[in-house]
Formats: sequence, C-alpha cells, structure tokens
Amino acid sequence: MNRGGTLALVALLACCLGSSGIAHSQDILIRGAKVHTLTAKGTLERADVLVRGGRVVEVGSGLATAAGATVVEANGRPLTPGLFGGITGLGIVEIELESSTVDRSALVGDGASGPAFVPRPEFDVAPAFNPDSVSIGVNRIEGITFAMIAPNASGTLFAGQGAVARLDGSADPFVAASRTQFLDLGSSATAGVGYSRAAQFMLLEQAAREALPGKPLQAGDVRLLTPTGREVLARYLAGGRIAFAVDRAVDIRQVLDFAAKHGVRPVIIGGAQASQVAALLASSKVPVVLEPLLNLPGTFDQLGASMENASKLQRAGVPIMFSHFSSGTNTAHKVRQGAGVAVAHGLPWDAALAALTSTPADVFGLGAAAGRIMPGSPADLVLWSGDPLEVTTVAEQVWIGGRPQSMRSRQTELRDRYRPTGVAARPRSP
Amino acid sequence: MSWKSPGGAVLALVACSAIAATEPYPSTYRAKPGAPVLIRNATVLDGTGRRLDGADVLIRDGRIVGIGPGLERGDATEIDAQGRWVTPGLIDVHSHLGVYASPGVDATQDGNEATDPVTAGVWAEHSVWPQDPGFATALAGGVTTLQILPGSANLIGGRGVTLRNVPATTYQAMKFPEAPQGLKMACGENPKRVYGERDRAPSTRMGNVAGYRQAFADAQDYAQQWDKYQAELTAYEKKKGKDKDPAERPSPPKRDLRLDTLVAAMQGKVQVHIHCYRADEMAVMLDLAKEYGFKVAAFHHGVEAYKIADRLAQEGVCGALWADWWGFKLEAYDGIWENLAFVDAPPNGCAIVHSDSEEGIQRLNQEAAKAMSRGQRAGLDIPPERAIRWITSNAAKSLGIADRVGTLEPGKIADIVVWNRDPFSVYALPDLVYIDGALAFDRNHPPATPRSDFLLGQPGAAR
Repeated sequence: MNRGGTLALVALLACCLGSSGIAHSQDILIRGAKVHTLTAKGTLERADVLVRGGRVVEVGSGLATAAGATVVEANGRPLTPGLFGGITGLGIVEIELESSTVDRSALVGDGASGPAFVPRPEFDVAPAFNPDSVSIGVNRIEGITFAMIAPNASGTLFAGQGAVARLDGSADPFVAASRTQFLDLGSSATAGVGYSRAAQFMLLEQAAREALPGKPLQAGDVRLLTPTGREVLARYLAGGRIAFAVDRAVDIRQVLDFAAKHGVRPVIIGGAQASQVAALLASSKVPVVLEPLLNLPGTFDQLGASMENASKLQRAGVPIMFSHFSSGTNTAHKVRQGAGVAVAHGLPWDAALAALTSTPADVFGLGAAAGRIMPGSPADLVLWSGDPLEVTTVAEQVWIGGRPQSMRSRQTELRDRYRPTGVAARPRSP
Repeated sequence: MSWKSPGGAVLALVACSAIAATEPYPSTYRAKPGAPVLIRNATVLDGTGRRLDGADVLIRDGRIVGIGPGLERGDATEIDAQGRWVTPGLIDVHSHLGVYASPGVDATQDGNEATDPVTAGVWAEHSVWPQDPGFATALAGGVTTLQILPGSANLIGGRGVTLRNVPATTYQAMKFPEAPQGLKMACGENPKRVYGERDRAPSTRMGNVAGYRQAFADAQDYAQQWDKYQAELTAYEKKKGKDKDPAERPSPPKRDLRLDTLVAAMQGKVQVHIHCYRADEMAVMLDLAKEYGFKVAAFHHGVEAYKIADRLAQEGVCGALWADWWGFKLEAYDGIWENLAFVDAPPNGCAIVHSDSEEGIQRLNQEAAKAMSRGQRAGLDIPPERAIRWITSNAAKSLGIADRVGTLEPGKIADIVVWNRDPFSVYALPDLVYIDGALAFDRNHPPATPRSDFLLGQPGAAR
C-alpha cells in the first residue's frame, strides 16, 4: 500500500482547490499505473494514460509528455475508471430522516376523498438535484464518479424518472441517454396499489393501455394517469428503459413478460432471487442491479438470497451491477466493498470491477468508451492506493472529465479538526 | 445529591438479593464436546495486542491450554494453519438478531416495546427467536458471542442478553452462562420522535433527560423502600425469638420489574449500554450516570465519539461504533471514517466495532479493517494486532465477560477463528470457527454448519 509518491498529486490538488467554475482541463499524463482498462486489453502493468480535453486519448507505454502537461507518477498503483455508486438518492437526499432534505418521492394524492395512489410516471427527480450535497463529496473521494439518481416509489407502483449523474459538481450532470423509469413491484409496493401483486400488474397494464397510441380514451373512461403521465409513459413503452424493483423469481418472470409484450428494455433492481431465473435473464439480456452483501431474506420475496447471487448470474451471462440499497445515498461507496466480498464468494475479480464500471456505462447508455480506459473514454478515473476492491485501499486521486477532484469533504474537515493532538497525517503517498 | 451512603449501598445489595433470590430464565447452554485440537503454524492475533507469527494454539477441554511456537501435539488433532490467521472468536456488542429477525415481516418486529418511554422491565431475551437465519450467517463471519439488545425507541428500552452463537431451539440454550445482562438506553432523536409524534413525552431532548432522571429517581426511592423493609425484617427476625408477643411481620414492597432493572444498573449488576450519537449528549449521559451512581459500559453508535475521545478514555467508557455509517439522520451527520481510530488513540481508549445489522455482523473484521486503514492514514500507529481488539477483547470488556473470552490466553474459553488469510481484507473468510473448543463452523463442509429451521424446504434455499 501507498507505494510510490508524487508531488504532482499535491500540485494537482492545489490546482483543483484553487480553481473555480469550469476550468479548461489541461493535459494529464498518468505514468506507470496498473491500468484496468475494462477492454479486451485487460489489465496493463506499468502503462501510461494520456488525458486531453477531458478524455483519454492514449493508453500505452512510454507515452510522450506534452508540453505543459501535468505528470502523475502512479508508481504501479492501480488506475480504474470511476466507479458506479448504484441506485442512489445522491443529490436529492441529504439526510434520510429529515423530510425537508428529501426530494426522492412524489406522493401526489387526491387527499382523503380520493385515491391515495395517483401514479405519476412523469415525476422526474432531476430538477431537485443539488450538486453541493455533502453526500456527493463524501462518495466522490471514495472513487464514486457516477450514480443513478433514482426516485423512490415509497410503496406505490410508479416511482418516476431518474438518470445517471456524473458527480463532478456541475448543476446539470445528467446523461440524457440514461433516463430510466422506475417501478416498484412485489411486497414492497403496498400503499394504494391494492396490497396485491396482481393489482400491481393490473394497474400497470391499465397505465400501459392508457399510454398506448391508437387506443384513445373515451370521455368518461376512468383515468389512472395524467395527460403528461400518459405521454411520458408512452416514451418508455416505445423501447425505453424501465427499472423494476423486484426480488422474487416469479415476479421477475412477470416483469419479463410485460417487458416483452410492450417492447420495454427492463433492468431488474434488487433481484434477490434472480439467480433462479438466470438463464431467462441471460437469454433476454436483462441486466440486474443487486446488493452483493444480501444473503438473508429481508422479506419473503428474498428467500434464498445468497452470496453467490452475483457469481451465478455472471456465470450465466447476465450483466450485473451493484448497489448498497440499505444506505445507498450516504454510503453508496460501500458497493466497492460489496464487489470485493462477491469476489471472495466466487465472482471473478475482473467481472466485479466491470460491474462497477463498464456494465453500468453500457446498460445506462453512457457511450461505448465510458466505464473503460481507452482512447475516447471520458477521463473519469481513480488512482488507488492498492487493490481497488480491498477495504484497506483508498482512492488517492479522482478525476472526472479530466479534472482532478478535490479529495476533501466535510468528513475530512471534521477529521482534521479533531485529529488527536500530536498526530500528523501521513503524507498522501509516502 | 448522592443516595449511596456507604451503609445504604450495603443494604441495597442485601435488598436486591431479597428482591430476586434466584436467577430466573437460567442458561441451559452446554458446550459441545470437542476433541483436543492443535492449530499449527498460524499468524496469531491474540486479542491482547500481541501478534505471534508461526505460532501454535492448543485447545483442550474447551479451553486454550497453550499458545506459542512448537507446542507438543500429544493426542490433539493437528490443523495445518500455514498461511492462515487465528484470532479470538469475534464478539458483537450490538445485535438485534432474533428480536428483529429475518425475514423482517410484521410478526418478527420484537425489538422495541415502543409503548412507553421507560420499559426497563422488558428483557430482549424474551423476544429472541433462535431460528433467525442471521445467527448462522454471523457465525460464518466468525462471531461466537453477541449481545442482543432492545431497540432504541425508548429512553430505557430494557435488558439485553449475551448469547453464545450456537444453534439451539431455545434462547436459554444460547445464553452465555453467568454473563451480566445489559441495560439499553437511548439518547437523542429516536425516543423524542417516537413519543413526540404521539403527542406525549418525551418530544424533546430535555424531555428525554427528564425521563431518565425521573426513572432513576423512582428507582432510588424503590431501593430505599426495600432497604427499609430489609431493616425492618432483620429487626423483626431478631426480636421474634425473644419476644413473646412479636410485632407483625413486615410485608415487602410490591415488586416493580422496571425499577428492579434500574436498581441493578445502579448496583453495577447490569452493564449499561447507551445508544447515543452526539458528543454533547454523551456528556449529558455521563453526568446522568454520576448523578445516579451508575457506570456506562459503552456508548453505542457514537458517531461523534471522536470529539470526546479523551473524556471517554479517562472515564473508562467504550465507544461501540461503525466504520462508515453516517448521515442517515442529523445526529449522525458528523460521522468520519477515523472515529474508531481516534477513540482508540488515547491511553485507556476503548474502541469497539459493533454492527447493529444482520449484514454488518457478518463482516466485523472488514469494518475493523476499514477503520484501521483510515486511522493509519490519519497518522495513527494501528497494526492488526491492535485493531483486532476492537472486535474481541474490547467488546468482551464492555459486556463484562473479559475474564472468559475475547483473548487467546491459556485458561480462556477456546472461542477461535481460523481465517483463510489476513482477516483485515475484503477477501478474508473464516475457514473454521470453534466455540468452547468445539468446531461450530467449517466453511469447507457446509452440511456441518448450522442452518435455521425456517430455511429448510424453502424454494431456492437449498445448498
């Protein structure tokens, strides 16, 4: 750990802290890193990565230093793409138990007289996103550079729309192609959806029927959705991406049927029993976002939850990603530990890293070079003190779009204020 | 004000034995018989702060009988631990296994008697469902002893119980013999939220403190009634033999289970464990403890414990903490990775990694590893042999069982984990777990490891 040192890192940090607004990123040469490319080239020992204009332009050995470039000596330390934080409330939840800081759900009802359940698939969390949220900084310095910012259904069926954000502190960090509609199925969806899985599918079919063009509603028809809701849902039904929060194998089958019928690209969120239907998921190329640490049945839908869920799905050819659902906002970074634990339980190391990088980039449409280190990749990179999946490893420097990110957060401020007297911090890279 | 005049304290002790003469709900735990075992050539972290490389550990009759290089094998079965690491069995001081069991359905919500802010009379052990599948998964993570606590809805939630992590059909068969019970108290947001939402006290932090104080004041009064009764009874018994016309036999006060618990806390018979996040609130609780003459064994969660690390160390109070939980409520907003390391740093500092989670309890070693690494980077010298104390001996200390478990020393109970590698790694897994010298878990022979009745015959639950 902590091999090799570089003053360049310190210089970078200073540059970053001193800058304000969007600075034009300068060339960066990261030299002598163990580069996990997430491409067919695999892992390159002692390779150089040249970053220009916010993108990786070259990966190889003995790369020339452009004039004025910042050189970072990696000294063999691992370099990975930035990590995916999973399905989170980053930027829309500051403190879960302070409702005034939580913007994750739209529970819009008609009050006491009307139904509690007014599905609003048009709800979109983006306008609430706060790039200054303390949680973003805390997770970013752990190497989390992008995450799905997702609405929460809070017991209803339609949660609404989310999208992947790059956690670079900008006010509009969302990747347009990543927009996803979120639905909550199974035992967690209760309030206002009839307390029955069958009613969930009934309402889902009704909503889909309302949204389908060519089946105009007649005056006097009972409407589930608002006109905007119908428009928005129609977009997702025409080949859009819908994420279904669902655990039970039989419910996953229902979801796949629904998706096939309506031409939806489904993503399974949770999927505690997904490995039971691994072949089906693999053949329909449906990805799963799972909690790699889940091996106890939190609900009856999760019976059979197992540490081998990830490795079984991966072996079957199902694209997998990770999320730390139980505290997926403040502690989203725990996905990295979860990935390591999955490795200890049989998931190949490279597959675990892919689940944190290239797979989410692919699934959520971030572009073919995203989540990888290759020419054309966005320079969202993390230089690690050691094995990126190891719990004793820390991110030493994070770049997003080629810009070095401040490696300080509110937590490091508190740490430094209360550091025991007489104890000096170790140099970043002794 | 002190209620503990020297004589009073003695009387109260007498009174207490009068209150509950015999231990109800006794432990029926019996150690599994285990043949002698010699673990050969391991890296041993013994829990006292020592690391021994290439050392052997000899177990016989459920006890550790030797530790060091080149031990005589005798009749012991030898286990080659070359490349493997050996630690004491892990101890979690804060678990809700059994009282908030998996699956977390309505019927298993047995951890908070949230019907009154002071329910000191309830015992968590009476909620423990031994078939919680989480016991077995915790065992697979090396946990051999754990304290099950009531939740934190109440100011004074009730008594905790320390269990051996063995499969059993009754909790009594898991109950750690002669381990003191715990008393769970809670600061801050939870009690004031739970009761404030119902328009009853407490609804504020000052309401919380008034609630503790009134409860302990009632307990003092109760103890005095028993002292008085005991004195009268003694006088009566003395008189009875001599006097031909004896006075009426004094009748005892009515027993109050809530106050029994609080009196036991003031007498040091139960270990007081306080859920408390903020530094300032911990300081209030230390003053409360002084006011009523009880000792705080540990603050649990304590995400701000690092702010008062010196005081905790001076007062001999442990911090039972997480490595990285923070921010889910305002009182947890100031969490830092270095909390455990900073609490550990002062002389006499007592840091403990706790879980409060059926997931976290499976990887206490990794939580310790994260905190160790961050502490090291903050400039503290924390080798693995020091950090292992956070999940072994320090935990045992706060539970009042350090004389029996928590370290690998001759004479101690043979609770031992053999790890496949350095336990301070995300890839580390226990290969073997011994409880009382008997093999309780063997990763390479899954059928021999416990599995809850609940999981039998469930679809997808076969292994």
